Amino acid sequence: MSMTTSRDVTVYESPIEGSPSYGMMAEFDSAEELMAAAHKTHDAGYQKLDAYSPFPIEGLAEAIGFHKNRVSLVVLIGGMIGGISALALQYWVAVITYPTNVGGRPYFSWPSFIIITFELTILFGGLSAVIGMLGLNGLPMPYHPVFNVPAFAKATENKFFLVVFSSDPNYDAARTKAFLASLSPRMVAEVPS
Amino acid sequence: MATQTQIPAPDRRVPVIAPGHTFSTITDKISNIVLKRPISLGWIFGFLIVFSMMNVLMMCLGYLFVKGTGIWGINIPIGWGFAIVNFVWWIGIGHAGTLISAILALLRQTWRNSINRFAEAMTLFAVACAGIFPLVHTGRPWLAYWLFPYPNTMNYWPNFRSPLVWDVFAVSTYLTISLVFWFIGLIPDLATLRDRAENPLLQKIYGLFAMGWRGSARHWHRYESAYLLLAGLATPLVLSVHTVVSFDFAVGIVPGWHTTIFPPYFVAGAIYSGFAMVLCLAIPIRSIYGLKDFITERHLETSAKVMLATGLIVAYGYFMEGFMGWYSGSQFDSFLLWNRFHGPYKWCYLGLLASNILIPQVLWLKKFRVSTGWLWLISFVVLVGMWLERFIIVIVSLSRDFVNSSFGMYYPTKWDWMTFAGTIGMFLTFMWLFVRVLPMISVFELRMLLPEAHVHENAAEEVKP
Repeated sequence: MSMTTSRDVTVYESPIEGSPSYGMMAEFDSAEELMAAAHKTHDAGYQKLDAYSPFPIEGLAEAIGFHKNRVSLVVLIGGMIGGISALALQYWVAVITYPTNVGGRPYFSWPSFIIITFELTILFGGLSAVIGMLGLNGLPMPYHPVFNVPAFAKATENKFFLVVFSSDPNYDAARTKAFLASLSPRMVAEVPS
Repeated sequence: MATQTQIPAPDRRVPVIAPGHTFSTITDKISNIVLKRPISLGWIFGFLIVFSMMNVLMMCLGYLFVKGTGIWGINIPIGWGFAIVNFVWWIGIGHAGTLISAILALLRQTWRNSINRFAEAMTLFAVACAGIFPLVHTGRPWLAYWLFPYPNTMNYWPNFRSPLVWDVFAVSTYLTISLVFWFIGLIPDLATLRDRAENPLLQKIYGLFAMGWRGSARHWHRYESAYLLLAGLATPLVLSVHTVVSFDFAVGIVPGWHTTIFPPYFVAGAIYSGFAMVLCLAIPIRSIYGLKDFITERHLETSAKVMLATGLIVAYGYFMEGFMGWYSGSQFDSFLLWNRFHGPYKWCYLGLLASNILIPQVLWLKKFRVSTGWLWLISFVVLVGMWLERFIIVIVSLSRDFVNSSFGMYYPTKWDWMTFAGTIGMFLTFMWLFVRVLPMISVFELRMLLPEAHVHENAAEEVKP
């Protein structure tokens, strides 16, 4: 059963009566509408929300209150581990375990070790960027409740979504639904868990 | 005096994306090539040709493993034959992909968004072709893992002072970073394909590789950081790879190798040949797959300008080699110069000067930069010229070094030629498959080029209480 509000917003009832809900989803047509809605929802006191878009939108993460991004720290640590371990390995091999006398030059001929140190800094830094990004994002995660809403398939094409999670202290199915419907979305749907 | 108001001149250049497109039309157009477009007879016919060429490579390698490197034309003094020539040529071609994806991303050149995906694929396939050569050149490729440091019962460790060991690290890092860079660029587009595929098996396969991407703002935020950092790391990496390759030569004492200009001159040459390959691939692909809206005249013209600029750096390198041959007063260096112009390989050197310096100068004229036929032809000539450059550096330098008694000649055998042609077949086979199974243009980055992708500041401000 569905009801309509002023701007022909379709509001779906929970698909299964009494089932735990994951949150409430609103669909928008443009990046600007999503951004405005994200600001309003955050300003209304909702803390646990997320926005979904088919491409990165500048400022959207800040609008939903996400500021901390540790990817660069992970890359810094990864790169340093790569560089230090590369230099340490070369030192250990060239000076301690397998010293080779090349024309009477010092065993620790560090200028010739710079290249491998550099390459491994890049290798470890680059791999930490990828693994760090995926890990912090909790990917791979093939199943996620938001995929249960059929309209969400357009999130990777041309539609924009806002979800308020049911774990939010201010979440109340009826009130949150009414609030999201007041942001003039294309539709509002409950996300089954 | 009246104050003059500066009115910005309208951008008269061809746009990077044709007018009239929306998020949906971009998505449809690119994903339909993979999901909807039927396989044409032309594709099958072409695939059969390039796949047979790839099998020629397999046959050559099989015979090589049975007989050893004696099937090639290498000898003493010319121990580095086609294997090293082709290695340097292929790895150079790969450089344009990383330049486009990393350096141009840092410089915020939006035109890169429509060519970075297939340029990166080109990098991967070119590096895969390149990697074969030093491996089989070792003579006993089944022992190639000895180049990596690992604890072993022989109590042996690699010599980290050797440029050949540096090369192992540089090339394998380059391959790994290019692969992950390409892959994380693909994740959002794989999610698009997952959501649009109708075949349940395809949904599962694309879904597996998309790793559950759902376009969350938090994810995008970290994604953009990771992408930017990878671009920042790949930028010095790409410059270092051909530098290290040039050290393979420059650290040696052979006349024609032992010069300090080699690193910058190799890097410029790499980008030169790489852009030539990008154009050789982009020009036919955009007309076969109807992508002229996304790979516009602007892209071709800009790539031609990059080619012209890097070609001039390469020309400067040749000039400096000649200058040093005279100015150094070293009889070996001046003999090298004489030998290039008058020796047994003089036709290679004259061909190199014609195809790398003389012919590409027509790119100063706009007519040649915007005519696809001419541009394709010039790019092809540059690819041949850059291959000749590597031939001159490797073979001509080795053939006549210090002492007349050790002079020699190198004649490639049919196995040399077939192996080289085979790697071209392998490269094209991968390309042939790539355009049918993955989106060859980055869909989400093209969406970002549309004006509606940008949220105006005041839109966010006016909702503030």
